[in-house]
Amino acid sequence: MKKIDKKTLWALVVTLMMALVLAGCGGSGGEEDSQAGQGEEEKFKVAFVYITSAGDAGWTYAHDLGRQYLQDQLPWVDASEIVENVPENPADAEQVITQLAEQGNKVIFTTSFGYMDPTINVAQKYPDVTFVHCSGYKTADNVGAYFGRMYQARYLSGLVAGQATESNIIGYVGAHPIPEVIRGINAFTVGVRAANPDAKVKVVWTNSWFDPTVEKQSAEVLLDAGADVIAQHMDSPAPMQAAEERGKLGVGYNSDMREQAPGAVMTSPMWEWGPYYVETVQAIKDGTFDPTPTAGSLTYWGGLKEGLVKISDYGPMVPEETKQLVEQEKARIVSGEWDVFDGLLKDQNGEVKVAEGQKMTDDEMLAMDWFVEGVEGKITAPKF
Amino acid sequence: MNTDIAIAILATAITAGTPIMYAALGEILAERAGILNLGVEGMMLVGAVSGFILALHTSNPWAGLLLAMLAGGFMALIHAFLTITLKANQVVSGLALTLFGTGLAGYIGKSYVGIRLPESFRAVPVPVLSDIPIIGPVLFNHDPLVYLSYFIVPALWFLVFRTRAGLNLRAVGENPAAADSVGINVFRTRYIYVIAGGMLAGIGGAYLSLHYVPVWVENMTAGRGWIAVALVIFATWNPANAIWGAYLFGGLDALGLRLQTLNVTVSPYFLKMLPYIFTVLVLILVTRRNMLSRRGSPKALGLPYDREER
Repeated sequence: MKKIDKKTLWALVVTLMMALVLAGCGGSGGEEDSQAGQGEEEKFKVAFVYITSAGDAGWTYAHDLGRQYLQDQLPWVDASEIVENVPENPADAEQVITQLAEQGNKVIFTTSFGYMDPTINVAQKYPDVTFVHCSGYKTADNVGAYFGRMYQARYLSGLVAGQATESNIIGYVGAHPIPEVIRGINAFTVGVRAANPDAKVKVVWTNSWFDPTVEKQSAEVLLDAGADVIAQHMDSPAPMQAAEERGKLGVGYNSDMREQAPGAVMTSPMWEWGPYYVETVQAIKDGTFDPTPTAGSLTYWGGLKEGLVKISDYGPMVPEETKQLVEQEKARIVSGEWDVFDGLLKDQNGEVKVAEGQKMTDDEMLAMDWFVEGVEGKITAPKF
Repeated sequence: MNTDIAIAILATAITAGTPIMYAALGEILAERAGILNLGVEGMMLVGAVSGFILALHTSNPWAGLLLAMLAGGFMALIHAFLTITLKANQVVSGLALTLFGTGLAGYIGKSYVGIRLPESFRAVPVPVLSDIPIIGPVLFNHDPLVYLSYFIVPALWFLVFRTRAGLNLRAVGENPAAADSVGINVFRTRYIYVIAGGMLAGIGGAYLSLHYVPVWVENMTAGRGWIAVALVIFATWNPANAIWGAYLFGGLDALGLRLQTLNVTVSPYFLKMLPYIFTVLVLILVTRRNMLSRRGSPKALGLPYDREER
């Protein structure tokens, strides 16, 4: 008995110590919350659901910057409530969203594709709460769907890459072969070839959104295959660092990646969610928010014109001439005179997909599952 | 052209395999002492983040590496205390360590995400040796941590199989009661090797954050700790085999990506599963040859040792 007592005592001591450590950690976070939440009763509560931690330097990070912008711009809003690392399965997501609705949040932004059905389901039970879901295709009376025309920013970054390449091979590290990524690769390639009709874009899929080691390896593989510019649809800056180490160039994604690879990154297509969040929360408060789809199945599909997407400032290696070309093309898109997927557009086999003078509809763009001419790579999941 | 591709694949196999190898070497030591530590992933992450933070503040990757070792060792100490002194279930404690380490690393590293390391480990070609055709670019055009591993592997093999200390270590893992009866301090031995294992896992993590992707991002090991655990079995608990296994597992990663640029289509999911298939095959082979007792799994692996229950 004595032995057990001693062991139990030790176990208790350890548990207590760990609890204290954890309490210490929790404490520092908690103070921030309570400061932000002073006079919480009167404030308009807005909550965010994230797929990863806000510290991923990528997708969620961009949303969180938008949230901070919202908090700074609208002092009557309390946007301190975030839930990170929420799995996309219905049980977990619904539970988290329900809880946020119960806690008196007036607006809940759910920022990953997989939250679509959970958001719709929970929304039915809370008609007084407005839900806004990112990157899906379902809406309801109190559920809006929003996304950004990232392809427009990617087109501009393609121009930069097309002008920079000397080997005429540009490598593109892609995540998963789904329409969002394919659309980005296509738009990028259209841009590359507008600047340099001889250039090709080689694609390697990592089959992951985030795995820095594999991302870097993919970039190295592309560099070995002759690429002298690397672009990416991945969340980490690893592909840019691979390019930098070999003295080659790159086009980042999600955030201004010049910070992580200053020698390589010419520019990065970026999200700018902040103004949209401000506008939307204001509209919801004023009662003017209307979730009816306006672009394909989306309530809101903002692009360069709305400032929802942009390309970051340029690295020093980008020549003045390229900057002018980008400005000129950007003006064409912003004015609505032209869009990236306007005809004439051919696929990889040279077949005409969009005829001269035709425009692709938003629905077609949102469901894109083919590569434009100039892309080297395959979309279908390979079989062995 | 073809030899260029082969050289590139082999060189990538080495860089991709090195972090897994360090972690696996550490796990081999711990398991040789009879302690299963499934917290490799957690120890790697804590090593990666703490090494990164110190390297960032001091601009010295070697200082970062040192802290990564200490942090990995400290994480292992928690496991050692729970499983050796308190005789807690090793699987549960190890899993808890992975979960704890993942969360802790994310918490500590929160404000360091995406910052670029001013001074990281860079590739340093070895003079003369790197000029040898084929072998040079494959083996001798790497960063210091890879060269270090060339020495650590034979050193550990020698330690485990050719020294008194190694004999004691294996005895503790095979039959702690017998080891105890001839005067080996089972508890001390187990503590030492579990902590040393954690330090090696810390190096494995730091390899990623201080060299390969010199940035801290949450969960950057992306499951490599688990591959390391599989690699231990693949290597039949022998440090010398860990080097081939690690390069094989690392090479598979690199190969799948390279095949895409050559327009060969192999399912990436198939390639991802291969390390584990190899592990299962090796297990079957080793067990069939009935060599478990001699070369394979330490007999007392996973069992707490209690002097009073001898």
